[in-house]
Amino acid sequence: MSASRRPPAFYGLAAVFALFVLFLYGPMFVIFVLSLQGPEGGLTFPMRGFSFHWFGKLWEGMGVVDIAAAFRRSVALGAVVMVLTVLLSLGAGLAFRRRLNGAGALFYTSVASLIMPSIVVSLGIGLQFRLVDTGLQALLTQWGLDGLLEGYGTAMGLYTSALGAHLTWTLPFGLLIMLAVFNRFNPAYEEAARDLGATPWQGFRHVVLPLVAPSLVGVGMFGFTLSWDEIARTSQAIGDVNTLPLELQGLTSTVTTPAIYALGTVTTLVSFVVMGATWALVTWLGRKR
Amino acid sequence: MKSLHLPPWLQATPFALVFALFLVLPLLLVATVSFWQATDYELIPAFTVKNYVDVFNGCANTEELCVTLKTYLSTLKFCVLVWAITLLLGFLVAYFLAFHVQSTSMQTLLFVLCTVPFWTSNVIRMISWVPLLGRNGLVNQGLLGLGVVDSPVEWLLFSDFSVVLAFVHLYTMFMIVPIFNSMKRIDPALIEASRDSGATGWQTVWNVVVPLCRTGIVIGSIFVVTIVMGDFVTIGVMGGQQIASVGKVIQVQTSYLQFPMAAANAVILLATTLMMVWALTRVVDLRREL
Repeated sequence: MSASRRPPAFYGLAAVFALFVLFLYGPMFVIFVLSLQGPEGGLTFPMRGFSFHWFGKLWEGMGVVDIAAAFRRSVALGAVVMVLTVLLSLGAGLAFRRRLNGAGALFYTSVASLIMPSIVVSLGIGLQFRLVDTGLQALLTQWGLDGLLEGYGTAMGLYTSALGAHLTWTLPFGLLIMLAVFNRFNPAYEEAARDLGATPWQGFRHVVLPLVAPSLVGVGMFGFTLSWDEIARTSQAIGDVNTLPLELQGLTSTVTTPAIYALGTVTTLVSFVVMGATWALVTWLGRKR
Repeated sequence: MKSLHLPPWLQATPFALVFALFLVLPLLLVATVSFWQATDYELIPAFTVKNYVDVFNGCANTEELCVTLKTYLSTLKFCVLVWAITLLLGFLVAYFLAFHVQSTSMQTLLFVLCTVPFWTSNVIRMISWVPLLGRNGLVNQGLLGLGVVDSPVEWLLFSDFSVVLAFVHLYTMFMIVPIFNSMKRIDPALIEASRDSGATGWQTVWNVVVPLCRTGIVIGSIFVVTIVMGDFVTIGVMGGQQIASVGKVIQVQTSYLQFPMAAANAVILLATTLMMVWALTRVVDLRREL
């Protein structure tokens, strides 16, 4: 495997790799192109003109579905998931560096969460909140609080059941990244800080945090994008309103115009913007150090 | 090694609480509710095994397979096909990146190139196959234009084929990442030693590389198997809502508010999946290698 003379296997494998990349990007590129169909265009080639017509249609809304509202909900939930994933993973990562009772159990629980069939988790959370609803309604009836009872819908919602469902999916990734980071972390820096008279908080704030900051940005990106695209875990646990991917899944069987490709292009662009921003932030943090 | 005044259990508490509230408790509830009765509008906490009896209704019949077994066989078929293809493809791609790409920066670049599509919505990546595989899609237009076929090929979309294709498209990354990681940890001296001892390229791959990256292979396999077993979105969208799967059965039952039945199905699905994962981990001691 010297650089000067490549073995024949190299060319075969390079071809496999090239085809794989084509396989990954080809279809996505096709819907990007098709989203730019003219107003007369359909779901397939040939292109009938070139326009941003379908993005306009998307902006106006698609039938009964309020795409803009679903978009805002997904962004807001993604942001909350991102912040919580960073904070909770950092806390757990720090805890795992020291003697922690039940560390093994916690680690295996989060790995189990990662490989659990999502529909089972989703169903469980859905059931849980249904029972909470039943219980609360029974309590309110018992206390005679009929006014409250009438206004009560469900405890299920974006920031209760759906948030929990998303966290069971993002936190394991966060923990694994933090464990990898602290495995390679050199405690000598902290000792140096302590020898110089830093309090534990100062040591954390001025030594540990700047060193792990780029990884935390990565954890945040994982959190946001995993939440942004999540369907299976939210499906039974979302309640009355849907996130964008769930709306999109519903639209696949009803919408027969290129507007759905326009929606695909928009959500893909959001993912890319998040990745680009993350990369810029990590580079900036790296250079600052 | 104190980094904060806080005791470690306090630092880990919020993290642990999320899993207690949104994973452990819900799973216990699923197990409990699977033994409950229900009417059309409410759950009745009274013990019954009727849900499980109903799931396997007719399965004692040897003449014809019951619905549940058929659904599981169909799901398993996808599982095996997708597993075999993603394993082969993932191994080849990881092997190319780890052993044939010389510079580390090139390696990173190509690796990132593979991971980027992973960050876009699964549904988008699924529907992106429609304009290619549909009746009037690019593939059919090409085949017709070349005169290979007289009428459009129908089995390309909303079929077993398109489901497997979409799974491979979506989840090969889950194979590449762990296998690549394992391969990067292999000491190049071992491969050199194998070659010096007169092994052919194939022998080196089969006797040195494959055994040494079995951790990666097992981790990747666990991901792919658990995803395909529980899936209902990919099989729904790519199968044109016509193909049965265990996840789909659960989803349909919950939409009709048949929670105890759905819970019984979920328990059986979970047991099946865990058995498959357990069988996979027999191959390798994950606890030691992580």
